[in-house]
Order: sequence, then C-alpha cells, then structure tokens
Amino acid sequence: MNSDHPSRGNLILLVFLLLATPMAGCARPTAAAREERRATTRSIENKGSDTLVNLALAWAEAYMQAHSDIRISVTGGGSGTGIAAMINGTTDIANASREMKPEEVSAAEANGIFPQQFVVARDAIAVVINPSNPVDRLTMQQVSDVYTGKISNWRQVGGEDRPIVLLSRESNSGTYVYFLENVIRLGQKDSQSLFSPDTLLMPSSEGISTEVRQNPNTLGYDGLGYVTADQKMVAIARDENSPYVLPSAGTVNDGSYPISRPLYMYTAGKPSGPIKAYLDWVLGEGQAMVTALGFVPLK
Amino acid sequence: MINTKRTHWSEFAIEALIRTLGFSTVGFVLLILVFLLREGVPIFFEAQPSNVLGARWYPTFGLFGTLPLILGSALVTLTAIVIALPLGVATAVFVREVAPNWAREVLKPMIEVLAGIPSVVLGFLGMTLVAPLVRTTLGVPTGLTAFTGALLLAYMALPTIISVAEDALDAVPRGYRDAGLAMGATHWQTIWRVVVPAARSGILTAVMLGMGRAIGETMAVLMVTGNAARMPLGLDAFFRPVRTMTATIATEMGEVAQGSTHYHALFGIGIILFVLTIVINLVAARTMFEKRRRGGLR
Repeated sequence: MNSDHPSRGNLILLVFLLLATPMAGCARPTAAAREERRATTRSIENKGSDTLVNLALAWAEAYMQAHSDIRISVTGGGSGTGIAAMINGTTDIANASREMKPEEVSAAEANGIFPQQFVVARDAIAVVINPSNPVDRLTMQQVSDVYTGKISNWRQVGGEDRPIVLLSRESNSGTYVYFLENVIRLGQKDSQSLFSPDTLLMPSSEGISTEVRQNPNTLGYDGLGYVTADQKMVAIARDENSPYVLPSAGTVNDGSYPISRPLYMYTAGKPSGPIKAYLDWVLGEGQAMVTALGFVPLK
Repeated sequence: MINTKRTHWSEFAIEALIRTLGFSTVGFVLLILVFLLREGVPIFFEAQPSNVLGARWYPTFGLFGTLPLILGSALVTLTAIVIALPLGVATAVFVREVAPNWAREVLKPMIEVLAGIPSVVLGFLGMTLVAPLVRTTLGVPTGLTAFTGALLLAYMALPTIISVAEDALDAVPRGYRDAGLAMGATHWQTIWRVVVPAARSGILTAVMLGMGRAIGETMAVLMVTGNAARMPLGLDAFFRPVRTMTATIATEMGEVAQGSTHYHALFGIGIILFVLTIVINLVAARTMFEKRRRGGLR
C-alpha cells in the first residue's frame, strides 16, 4: 500500500507533463511556420461587402494566376463586417459598398490604424419587382414613400390592387445604408425617415431574389450585379419632370441613372509591398473585368 | 503488484479527467453568464428604459425597443408548441401504445433522424416550398410570416417532444393498462383516460423541452419569418412577418463595433433570452423532479 503513494505523485507529474507538452509544442512552431510562410508565399486577406464579393473573387483569381507567389483569400459578410475586421487587424483589405462611418474611423484611429480609401468600381442599385407586375416606372419620391409606408398598395403607383411587400437587405449590408440615405431620405441629411417597420429584412441577396421571383406583391432592391433575369427592373426618375431611366453600365457611367454609388476598398494605413501591387493592378488592369460582373468600371 | 499499480494509475487518471470535465462544464456556464452580464447589462444604463422597452427596433439610429422582438419570439414559439403538442403526443401514443413492434422499430430511428436535420436545410425548404404555399393558400401578402416560422419550429420541436413523451408513457406501469382493460374499458379509453393522464407530468416536461428548443432556434426562423421588427399585435399578426430575438442577434452581431450601445443591446437581448430559457428549463426540471418523487406517476 505504501508503495502506491509515490506513484500518485509521479502520476500527477505525468498528467501535468502530458497536458503541458502539446501546448508548449504548439505555440512555438506555429509562430515560426507563420514567419516562414510569410517569406515564401505572401497572403492577402480580403473581406467585407457582399455586393463586392464576386468582383473581389474574380480579381483575386485572375491576379493569383499571374502571380503564383501571392495568395488572396476573399470572404463576404457585409461592409460593416469587413471594416470591423480591418479595425481589429484580422484582414488586410476591407471591401465596402459605403464610406466608413465617422465612428468607425475613430475606432480605427483608437486602435492606431489610419484607414486609406480607394474607389475600385461603381455600382448601381436596381429596384426590382416580380415580372408579372405591370408597374415599370417609379420616381425617387414614390420609392421613398413606399419604403416609409406612406404608400402601401400597388394601385397607388399605377399597378394592380395588391398590397406591397417591402424587401430590404439586412442592416449590416452597405446596400441598405446607401439605399436609406440616398433613396428613402432622398439624400437629405436632416431627414429622419426610416424603413417602415413592415419591411422584411432578408439575410442575403439570394433571399431577396427568391422572394421577388415567387411573390407578385414584392418590391425589392439590390446591386445591379445581383439582379437575375427572372426579376424585373424598374425605370427610375429623379423627379416627375425627369426621364425614367433603366439601370445599365451606360446609364450609370453617364450619370443619368439616379441610384448609383462608388465601391471602396480600405487598407489599414498606406498600403505597401504586395498589397499595394495588388491595389494598383485592381485600379489598372483589373478594371477590364468589371463590366462582365454587372458593375461599372471607373472610366 | 505491477498490475494493480497500473489499474490504480489509469483509474486515477480517468477519475481526474472526468472530474475536470465535469467541473469545467459548470465553469464554462458560469463564465458565459459572467460574460453575458458584463457585455449586456450596460444597455440598461446607456439607453432609457422607455427606449429599451419601446416598440421600435432600429439600432442604427439609436432605437433599441426590444418589445417587438420579445413578442415576436413568444408568438412564433407558442404557435409552434400549439402545433407540435397534439402531433407530438399523438405520435408518442401511437409509437408506444398502438403500433406493432416492427413499426416501432422503424419509427423510432426515423424520428431520431428527424432531429438530426440541420436547421439551415429546413430553413431553405421553408423559404422555397413552405412560404409560397402559405402565401397562395392563405392569400396573405407574403409567405414569410410568423406562421411559416412556427410550422418549421414545430417540425423541429417534434423529435424532442415525441421521444420525451414516449419515455413518459413507457414509465406508466403495465398494471395500469391491465387494470383499465380489466374494468371493461376499450383500448382507446385505456390510453386516453388512464395512460396519458398518468404520464401527464412527463408530457409537460416534453413540451417544455420542445419549447426550449424552439425559442433558441435561429437559422430556420431567420430564413422564413421575414425579419420585420413590427409589433405582432392584432389577429393578423400570425400571417405577417415578425422578427425574433435570436434572428436579431445572429444577423446584427457581425456588424457592430465592440463596446458600442448596439453591441450592448444585442447582449441585452441575449440576457433576456438566457433568462427565458432558464425559466423554461427550471419549470421542466421541476415537473421532472415531481414525477420522480411520485414514482413516475400522478
């Protein structure tokens, strides 16, 4: 019996060692491996706007084919998500379909990060309805009135006697903020208009297109690059006296389509090395690919 | 000697491991609670109580009314239970009391498979199949409604309700059934008047656990309820979109700046949800203990 006691002491030591070894073993080589990986292939993290994600992916793929020593990983999640990741230092480039908010800039500066902004392409927001809906034109004022709940029946804007079901992206989407500020509030800074509480907030572009396709009552909006052939786009006029314009690359570039916006990439501080090389490529050669993805290139 | 030593060693190691795991579970729950309180409590100081209990949830513009979210969760969960309770209890009665042995062998594993379907798959089915069906058959403006969410949640709560209710029926002694039949009651009368009432508290536990499952469900609800933070008042609220607490946390947590009022508000919702779940589980546990005290019967 006595001989058991020392064994218990040994055992505790053994358990402790078993637990401790893998931890110590993990910590050191990973840091070294990370260092090594950085030396051979450079990786760029690119995260943010769901509007931009397809374009960013196409850019990344084309760039990686030409530069085998660079690895670019692109993820979506929304502009806010990307900017938050850039502020927290978990991504190199944040994609955003809106400008950074002042509080985001100050949060970044509190973290010692001074974000740099690059306009990488232009986007138009299309107002979409079900193809069976006879309405084909709306003024900005009408769209605003519908989304704030002042107009709730299609009859009031020249359609059939049906209730209007409002669709929107989630509030973490840059498209949402842009649409609120420039369409619902008609660009008026002092306006306090908000989305009607009856607005359905869909978690993805796919959610919006599914519902628009199925339901003749719906009115939705989404990036021009995401409008599929089974949704009908509405021609938009700035006001009653202006021409009604359908969104397209041409009408966005010449400024006649009223709901269009720049798309941004943000870096933490002035970019250098591979990140700078990549951004230069995006702003130069990369522009040739923009049209094919439903966006509008910079000039 | 060596042999006993080895047994002693391994036994000690296993015992220590199990003890550590057991205590760490308790520790994790406590840590989660502390974290939740630390992140969530500030909202009750940062925003006016009238704002937090208001009717408008619009966090990007400083409106943190949690009422529509709480009512939305309550509406969807209660409707789901009202749908799932009769179905679940009837299925349990069928599997336990009526079905022949071979059918029971087939049904039980199938019910377990039902529990294993990922909620995002159900959500997708709900979005593409159930929602259009709800819209066209009921003639409502959109199929993304509280009712659609409740249908999916009922489906998800069913496996829990069925298996717990079945266990409760199983615990009713054979003598009760024999006595019922011997008194001249039919098979149905025995089931309905003797066996089911005897298992009443177990069935209540089943409902409570199903409700706990339903109120915490996120993905499926997020995809089919439309997520409109409107107050679900009036009779038509069933067939209008709602927004639940879980869906709000899930969709908005990704965008918030850490430490902002919105961030605290989301954790505040987490606290409300946590308290509700604890209450439901406590009620379930109470009925379960009561059952044990009374030897499985009431």
